[in-house]
Amino acid sequence: MKKFLLAILLCAAALAARAQLTIDITTSGGRQIPVAILPFAGEGAQAQPVSPVVSADLARTGLFRLVNTVGVSPLPTEPSEVNFVDWQARSSEALVIGKVEPQADGRLEVRFRLFDVQKQSQLASFSYVVAPAQLRATAHRIADVIYEKLTGERGVFSTKITYVVKRGTRYELQVADADGANAQAVLASNEPIISPAWSPDGSRIAYVSFDRKKPMVVVQNLAQGTTRIVANYWGNNSAPAWSPDGSTLAVTLTRDSIAQIYAIPAGGGEPRRLAVTPAIDTEASFSPDGRWIVFTSDRGGSPQIYRMPAAGGAAQRLTFEGTYNVRPRYSPDGKSIAFVQREGGRYRIAVLEVDTGQVTVLTDGTLDDSPSFAPNGKMILYEAQANGRGQLAAVSSDGRVRQRLVSSAGDVRDPAWGPLPAN
Amino acid sequence: MKKVLLSIAVATLVAACGSQEVKKDVPVADRTTPPTQTQPTAQTGTTTPTQQTAVTGNPLKDPKNILSQRSVYFDFDSNVVKDEFRPLVQAHAKYMVEKKDTKIRIEGNCDERGSREYNLALGQRRAEAVKKVMTVLGVQDGRIETVSFGEEKPADPGHDEAAWAKNRRGDIKYAGE
Repeated sequence: MKKFLLAILLCAAALAARAQLTIDITTSGGRQIPVAILPFAGEGAQAQPVSPVVSADLARTGLFRLVNTVGVSPLPTEPSEVNFVDWQARSSEALVIGKVEPQADGRLEVRFRLFDVQKQSQLASFSYVVAPAQLRATAHRIADVIYEKLTGERGVFSTKITYVVKRGTRYELQVADADGANAQAVLASNEPIISPAWSPDGSRIAYVSFDRKKPMVVVQNLAQGTTRIVANYWGNNSAPAWSPDGSTLAVTLTRDSIAQIYAIPAGGGEPRRLAVTPAIDTEASFSPDGRWIVFTSDRGGSPQIYRMPAAGGAAQRLTFEGTYNVRPRYSPDGKSIAFVQREGGRYRIAVLEVDTGQVTVLTDGTLDDSPSFAPNGKMILYEAQANGRGQLAAVSSDGRVRQRLVSSAGDVRDPAWGPLPAN
Repeated sequence: MKKVLLSIAVATLVAACGSQEVKKDVPVADRTTPPTQTQPTAQTGTTTPTQQTAVTGNPLKDPKNILSQRSVYFDFDSNVVKDEFRPLVQAHAKYMVEKKDTKIRIEGNCDERGSREYNLALGQRRAEAVKKVMTVLGVQDGRIETVSFGEEKPADPGHDEAAWAKNRRGDIKYAGE
């Protein structure tokens, strides 16, 4: 087992409300790809250097080992300047070089190249012309390209996450980059906010607000800042989940009885009850193909995970071990379901393989909650508790890599990982 | 004052018998000002006379009246209204039967363990359990809304059994409070 600490100092600008985010990564087993990421020529003149962001993105996954690049001079910026023999000697399998060049109009050209060191061949080469404020986002795009070339999977470094921060009696729904940078409050309230859920296109977030002294479901358009109450019926209104086409929300209402699951048009409209049971049904999650809804029900005497057709109908029980299996979330490929399992008084994140029924416990916390898959299915973001405070953590879906995103800013909870960007 | 005490005694008796028998001739809502009720307003000089009247005349706010007790506590993973809290719930039911214009909201709560949304549903089930005791005693269904705060509004912010025991509760709130 290897342990190392990666401290990322977020950019200095507009940092008043933000604290240092420390990402503590633990990896166990599995091969790490050695990759050398050289400082980009000219990036030192910019407020936001590019290569440290690329390095941090890749290191955070636990899938790469960053090869020491100290003492390389001059920095190669063209393929002809690369000494492949030297990088082979440093046991690097991949090499990244790049440069940042100011343009006449004030924008910057960012170029990078990715090489296979053994084959001495170029794997990727891209050039971006961006405003200086876009350097960090550009670094994430570069990391996405490198990740995809070297692992065959899509990178998720350009995605967003949302979560709730509680400070004293103040609640904020925040949206941040996947690495925790650029956190912004999109909603603030003196009443609790829970269960944020991204629309499939990332333009809206549904959440549960207690602003009217009881839970109601609200959809907020992020770009416009507009909100719409989609469910505020007698009793509780909660647990919103988006259908994959974004047209429908599954919600939990208690207007007719105990908590039951209803489908409601995402823009508002009459709820349609999907099942009638004498027990609690809640925490719906749509399968990526839109055919199924998994949910929590205690119809069998203890809360377990069930699956029913998305249009409603007979349900099938999916979990059988233990007396507390809740909060299911489909993986992006629909093959597995992350959920919260209680065992011996501890609450941990586990994954269920839908076809085989096999359950793997991924975390070792005491009060883990709210698992949410990255859109490439490789990581699961969740809420962990440490020293009586909620904080964000992530675990790879094979359990080998764990991250803790330690923030000094209050109680951080209920995270949800956003979709891949449209381009 | 005596009347209030009597009503408590009767409520206790009713609870002890586990019966639904409610003696209709026992007044619960005592509008007369108890002599000892000047104390709550003494702590602040800004309290207006209007508020003072409201406080002292309201059995729901009278600390000596069982109606001022609003919380029913539950065991872990349970929504059973325990015997020790039945007199409290019955007193509120009786009050509502007599005061036909009153409406209440029962707010269910859970301790922090487990998922937020399942806890929200569990809290609602607790609120429903309290409501059921009251509807059996004659309060119309539509006058009691049950909602839940799940684990979001702990009475005690601690992370141990003592705190959790205080957080597994149903709170009775009258309309306008």
